[in-house]
Amino acid sequence: MKKSRFGPWIAVTIGILYFLLPLLATFEFSLKMKRGIYSFEAYRVVLADPHFQASFTYSTVMALLTIVLGILIIVPTVYWVQLRLPHLRPIIEFITLLPLVIPAIVLVFGYLRMYNSSSWLPLTGSAETTNILLLFAYVTLALPYIYRAVDTGMRAIDVRTLTEAAESLGASSWTILIKIVLPNVRVAVLSGAFLTFAIVIGEFTIASLLDRPVFGTYLQLMGANRAYEPSALAIIAFAVTWAAMVLMQVVGRDRRAAKPAH
Amino acid sequence: MSATIDQASLPPISVRSNPLTIARLGVLPFFIFAGLFLIIPTLYLVVGAFQDQDGNLTLNNLAHIFSNEKILEAYWISIKISLASAIGGAVLGFFVAHAIVMGGLPGWLRPAITTFSGVASNFAGVPLAFAFIATIGPQGLITIFLRNGIDVGGEHLALDLRAAGFNILSFWGLTLTYLYFQIPLMVLILTPALDGLKREWREATATLGGSAVDFWRYVGLPVLWPSLMGATLLLFANSFGAIATAYALTGSSLNIITIQLYAQIRGDVLHDQNLGYALALGMIIITGGSNAIYIWLRHRSERWLR
Repeated sequence: MKKSRFGPWIAVTIGILYFLLPLLATFEFSLKMKRGIYSFEAYRVVLADPHFQASFTYSTVMALLTIVLGILIIVPTVYWVQLRLPHLRPIIEFITLLPLVIPAIVLVFGYLRMYNSSSWLPLTGSAETTNILLLFAYVTLALPYIYRAVDTGMRAIDVRTLTEAAESLGASSWTILIKIVLPNVRVAVLSGAFLTFAIVIGEFTIASLLDRPVFGTYLQLMGANRAYEPSALAIIAFAVTWAAMVLMQVVGRDRRAAKPAH
Repeated sequence: MSATIDQASLPPISVRSNPLTIARLGVLPFFIFAGLFLIIPTLYLVVGAFQDQDGNLTLNNLAHIFSNEKILEAYWISIKISLASAIGGAVLGFFVAHAIVMGGLPGWLRPAITTFSGVASNFAGVPLAFAFIATIGPQGLITIFLRNGIDVGGEHLALDLRAAGFNILSFWGLTLTYLYFQIPLMVLILTPALDGLKREWREATATLGGSAVDFWRYVGLPVLWPSLMGATLLLFANSFGAIATAYALTGSSLNIITIQLYAQIRGDVLHDQNLGYALALGMIIITGGSNAIYIWLRHRSERWLR
């Protein structure tokens, strides 16, 4: 039975065109800043813009802090649930799915009502505490991804045996978590980290309503006021997303390749 | 049960620390965090939706939603755009996933397209709006290409999108833009489901004299439909809650519910804080409902697939 490959080729071609044409168009447009010739002028202008540097740095730092805090909250939780509290697993799974269900704009609305300057915990009262609130918001957004990555990683290792071995050598719970468990789920944690980075670096909604100077609000502002720079910025943002996803795949591949050696 | 056995079998490390107590303390930060920054803020809005300005219980806020034409229209446009981009994404995503799983195409295509899909499904927000302005905006590459037209056999073919009534700041403009992340998301969800369609089923259909159409009609689609429906609902919720792309694309000129809520949060444009809570509640019900059905359908589909 010989199958026709005509249909599949059409589907794939349309898919690839849908993916590539906007990128090509954006790239072409980003090169047209100087009249009559193609140049990287828009990129030069953007990269030299102190607001770009400041907002990109701010978002990068925010993303890294989100990853660290997310891991600090999730890794012990998954560890204890796996080891001693398995009955809590369904509840925790449900909670970590909620950020995918509740739209970010609803979440930040709740924050603004609950943590405004006249509330019991006035987090939006100053820039410093609003930064902290934004960090907590991003950790919340990242919960589903970090949890799933860590949970998958921890199911793949024998937490129980590792713990018992370490305990019989006199290690404390914290020593076990930091020196035994964390290194063993490192690869899984990294793949969750890259995804988190991709999500946080361009986030707009929450940061905009909390009035923090992130990369996402800088992008929006440029889009409203400039012609060629937004295209250059879109290409840069795409490159960042691409890098995060490719690194995630590379890390995942290493895990599979490394498995027989364990 | 296993917890009690472990507790007994593990030697006590020290007298003062009970392992179960340590474990409970260990998961406490997670619950405190989720309570403070996920559950209580959401409940705050939900409760507020049923209160008036003075805190008395009322259903007026919900009633006001149904009597406010602008809000109803915003919900309706949001639902239409989400439906169109979810169904469009599901159909196109299905064909692409089908092509790479069972289309008999060269082997390198599948990992390449899966990687593309991973990137594209995460490429949303403000930059996506820029990309589509550069593509199908007034000065976009495709817009200009179509307007200049091409000569085919001495005849000049051209299409002025704007004259034809197309505007990127519209229902179709936003739907086309959302498809950029919806199609790849569908490909990512459906590829494993299509892998689960066993080769034997296809062969059995062929042995019984069935064509490819028969296979899809009597075997493939009945097995796949929970996955297909569930994934479509996920796509629906995905675009229903989105705002950044729409905001960067249209400013506040397109009346969708997330932009309405954004304006309300920014400046209480409804002059009624509790009506704002009701708006948020409506959104939670719609995204929560579609996610709940998605989870239910996923359980159903797991019966056949793997």
